[in-house]
Amino acid sequence: MSTMTETTIQVYMVFIKASPEEIWDAITKPEFTSRYFHGSNVESSFEPGTPYKGWSSDRSQLFVDGEVLESDPPRRLSFTWSALWDEDLVSEAASRVTWEIDPQEGGFSKVTVVHDQLEGAPKTAATVASDMGWKIVLDGMKTLLETGEPLVS
Amino acid sequence: MTDDDRVFKALADPTRRLLLDRLYERDGRSLTELESELEMTRFGVMKHLRVLEDAQLVVTRRSGREKLHFLNPMPVRLIHDRWIDKYTERRVSALADLKHELEETA
Repeated sequence: MSTMTETTIQVYMVFIKASPEEIWDAITKPEFTSRYFHGSNVESSFEPGTPYKGWSSDRSQLFVDGEVLESDPPRRLSFTWSALWDEDLVSEAASRVTWEIDPQEGGFSKVTVVHDQLEGAPKTAATVASDMGWKIVLDGMKTLLETGEPLVS
Repeated sequence: MTDDDRVFKALADPTRRLLLDRLYERDGRSLTELESELEMTRFGVMKHLRVLEDAQLVVTRRSGREKLHFLNPMPVRLIHDRWIDKYTERRVSALADLKHELEETA
């Protein structure tokens, strides 16, 4: 989606057959993120004002650095997002990621990722919109929570 | 109707595909903006957007007093990963087999 040059807000929405609490755990616990989020380990206390970090699987490299802006478990989590996994991206400005979780009928949750404030991060915007961006992350989360198995092993 | 049925039904209409193309070019548009680019009544555009929303291909969000429409790439991605991959994989592996066989006999 590299042609979407003007897009500074990206929205991804998917229905997952899991409770909001299970989705929250999948977002906030490294034993889950390591199985669907490019092998990364999330680290945060998820209190506003504290750091949000995404480490590589062996914790040798910091992929994402940020700060928790809002936290309302298990419904809403917002944090700043500086992409550090590629040296082309590290000089870009921080953007913002917000997870929204809305319980639905039949044991489903509506899970929405809004990645915005991307004005100062055009390369990050293109990367997270690519096939290896939020789409594969959310599909991976859905697959893991619904089948117990990761999408990409 | 399953989620996949809704997606295929929504995509089966050229006006709705055009609306998705417009959002692909520039995301997060109001009804008024989308309407101004189509030879269609406001009511007609609304009806098509509703079908796209039901199929989760379009997600709306409030921004002040405006309702903005965003392209949601997830339904097409899920269909691709769960349904279309299955068939393309077989074709790719058939080609790999053919390559292997030709190289063996060469």
